Amino acid sequence: MQTESLTMPANASGGHEVHDVAQIQALGFWIYLMSDLVVFGGLFATYVVMSHNYAGGPTGGELFHLPDVLLETMCLLCSSAVFGLAMVAMHKGDRRLVLAGLAAAFLLGLGFVSMEAGEFQHMILTGAGPQRSGFLSAFFTLVGTHGLHVSFGLLWMAVMMAQTVAKGLTRPVRARLMRLGMFWHFLDVVWIGLFTVVYLMGVIK
Amino acid sequence: MFGKLSLSAIPFNEPIAMGAVYGSLLAGVAVLALITYFRKWPYLWNEWLTSVDHKKIGVMYIVLAMVMLLRGFSDAIMMRAQQAVALGSSQGFLPPDHFNQVFSAHGTIMILFMAMPFLSGLMNIVVPQQIGARDVAYPFLNSVSLWMSAAGAMLVMVSLGVGEFSRAGWSGYTPLTELAYSPDTGVDYWIWSLQISGVGSLLTGINFLVTVLKMRAPGMTLMRMPLFTWTTVFTNVLIIFAFPVLTVALSLLTLDRYLGMHFFTNDMGGNTMMYVNLFWTWGHPEVYIVILPAFGIFSEVVATFSGKKLFGYTSLVYATAAIMFLSFSVWVHHFFTMGTCANVNIFFGISTMLIAIPTGVKVFNWLFTMYRGRVRFTTPLYWTLGFLSTFAVGGLTGVLLSMPPADYVLHNSLFLIAHFHNMLVPGVLFGFMAGYAYWFPKAIGFRLNETWGKFSFWFWLTGFYLAFIPLYVLGFMGMARRMQHYDNPAWQPYLIVAAVGTLLILCGIGCTLMQLVVSIRQRHANRDLTGDPWDGRTLEWLTASPPAAYNFAVLPVVKDRDAFWDMKEKGTAYLKPERYEDIEVPRNTFLGLAVGVLAFLLGFAAIWHIWWLAVAGFAGLIAVVIARSCDDDTTEVIPAAEVERIEGLRSRGTA
Repeated sequence: MQTESLTMPANASGGHEVHDVAQIQALGFWIYLMSDLVVFGGLFATYVVMSHNYAGGPTGGELFHLPDVLLETMCLLCSSAVFGLAMVAMHKGDRRLVLAGLAAAFLLGLGFVSMEAGEFQHMILTGAGPQRSGFLSAFFTLVGTHGLHVSFGLLWMAVMMAQTVAKGLTRPVRARLMRLGMFWHFLDVVWIGLFTVVYLMGVIK
Repeated sequence: MFGKLSLSAIPFNEPIAMGAVYGSLLAGVAVLALITYFRKWPYLWNEWLTSVDHKKIGVMYIVLAMVMLLRGFSDAIMMRAQQAVALGSSQGFLPPDHFNQVFSAHGTIMILFMAMPFLSGLMNIVVPQQIGARDVAYPFLNSVSLWMSAAGAMLVMVSLGVGEFSRAGWSGYTPLTELAYSPDTGVDYWIWSLQISGVGSLLTGINFLVTVLKMRAPGMTLMRMPLFTWTTVFTNVLIIFAFPVLTVALSLLTLDRYLGMHFFTNDMGGNTMMYVNLFWTWGHPEVYIVILPAFGIFSEVVATFSGKKLFGYTSLVYATAAIMFLSFSVWVHHFFTMGTCANVNIFFGISTMLIAIPTGVKVFNWLFTMYRGRVRFTTPLYWTLGFLSTFAVGGLTGVLLSMPPADYVLHNSLFLIAHFHNMLVPGVLFGFMAGYAYWFPKAIGFRLNETWGKFSFWFWLTGFYLAFIPLYVLGFMGMARRMQHYDNPAWQPYLIVAAVGTLLILCGIGCTLMQLVVSIRQRHANRDLTGDPWDGRTLEWLTASPPAAYNFAVLPVVKDRDAFWDMKEKGTAYLKPERYEDIEVPRNTFLGLAVGVLAFLLGFAAIWHIWWLAVAGFAGLIAVVIARSCDDDTTEVIPAAEVERIEGLRSRGTA
């Protein structure tokens, strides 16, 4: 993460106050992400333990449609890539390009969330809802928690687009965009694990 | 409109519950009336409720902890009184339904709403000053944490009068806590109060870890940090890794109860032991979360009152680190009887025994620090000595319990209750009481009365032995925990002794309250003008008592491990700087309090299925976060002239 480029000059009041605000905030956010990873760790562990508790209901192999999931994955990864480009534009100070990048990342993220919502809706309507079995409870909760994170990321992105328009690329706005970027890429990493453990391993058997 | 909530939720026909409700309401109304009578609302609002100053947040945390201590302790008295009389034909005064709520509330409150706020309070007051910082890394987040803890505590208090509390113990084992077996709102109160305060604790953990990593004064290398700061670092790491697991466990239980999922149910592919595993993955580190800072307090107290450097500082740091790592590898010892294979049990048994080693190292460090020191027998040192002797007993019984075959016999008996109270009362509570007496002058500005403090200590110590040693015996005699009623007359004498012990502890708490009253009345005689009432060794004693909003007018430069002692020896402690500079401090905001209120409403609405209010509370929380995130102007400046004026007033004391 390019924390260094956001380093503020040493505090004008001199003395020892060289604590860099953006850096301190970034470290705290890293640590928050770690704790969030523990949340996903707990959900993953639960999912793995319960992944065969079908209770006579449908299995992963019967439910998952890999081409759709691949498309979802592509949406999310491309969204992250576009966000990365927006960050490059941010370092160049090009506000319009930043906004365009954020908008594209937002739309791709929205595509991911709506595809996931569609998948959930289809499963629930065909009688494979989260109440059906321990396996499905764990599936909906793990995948849904990730989806909820992405949704909050979208809300955050909307707020940041508004801030970029209203305030310009000020130092605080840039620091917030950087943390949003950390969050957004973090969700990719979690999704890769999820795609492998839930979807690929679910279909293999 | 009001979901499941109706007037029948108020337990009008239960005299004891209603007594508690009226008592709490009366106390609350009296406090509000006094504030109004003395016209203190603006003062309270401006100086405290909206404050983001870590010292004030710390004081508010400790007030919360003390109030909840009274609540949790009254539960303890009721349990001991009930068990002292409920033999044979006598059913005692608590029906099973109420008794179960009492022990569930006692555990929940003492761990989550007494020990945790007390720990956060001491950490808030002390850590930034010990590392020579002007504030924590995220002052606003700090206020959010406080008010989320308070919101959780409020939910527990409200459950007294509206509905009921959980009957399933503080650990809330499934499937008992599932909807099928606990259909009323008790478990929901337990879930939401833990969930909300748990998020607050997590934010505190992140905040203080970053504070210590990033905000230390120049020259304060990691291995020059005071031991209390070190122990809070380990505690915060544990919080960051453990609390999310509690969040997961509670969320999954919530999904089971609210959306009919099957994580921990008996049927449809649920796995009840998954809950127990998740709960203790958090629960075991949690006991180290509360006890490690207490170890830090003992280290500070022993060094200060022996007038010596801490013996074996490095080994103490590494011992604490070892405990931190080990604490994540022992959780299965809470349920050896689950029936995993012998090899798994023995792994967890051995890792549990290993923890005794670094803990033993610490005990010797403290003893050798006192050895050949000029020991001053103040109240904080009394608590420390009481801890050292009593804690050893608890440690021994812990090693005994860590052997799976022994655990199979003693599991769920009063032996276990005696063991963990023997760790938590002398370990955590005595530690926090030592910290309370030690840092009170720093936070408030005058010393506590020593006589009443020592009275309190002796009552607590003797009361503790009387209350819990009989429980060890009862455990061997086969008495299970959480019994509302029993038929074995041989148990009763021991239970009566335990009840007498509880009465002594009550006297101890009375003395603590009396100490506060007497000390406030004698405050002019005991005022701490120097900021250094104990001849301290670490940086928090360099600031004024109570410290200015900015703590240090000039950030100290650290040259030694006991930084302040070093400055005093070199005569550089109170040097006046050539000129003062403007200091930036965070501006007060009511948004932290707003988060607390909204979280409380969200929790309450979710408990009673008042969905419109839950949605409104949640939307409100998001609105507050967005509003705050758009605010770039969150600090204000104390001009150099004002700093000079404040420091001028202070230098009269230190001159």
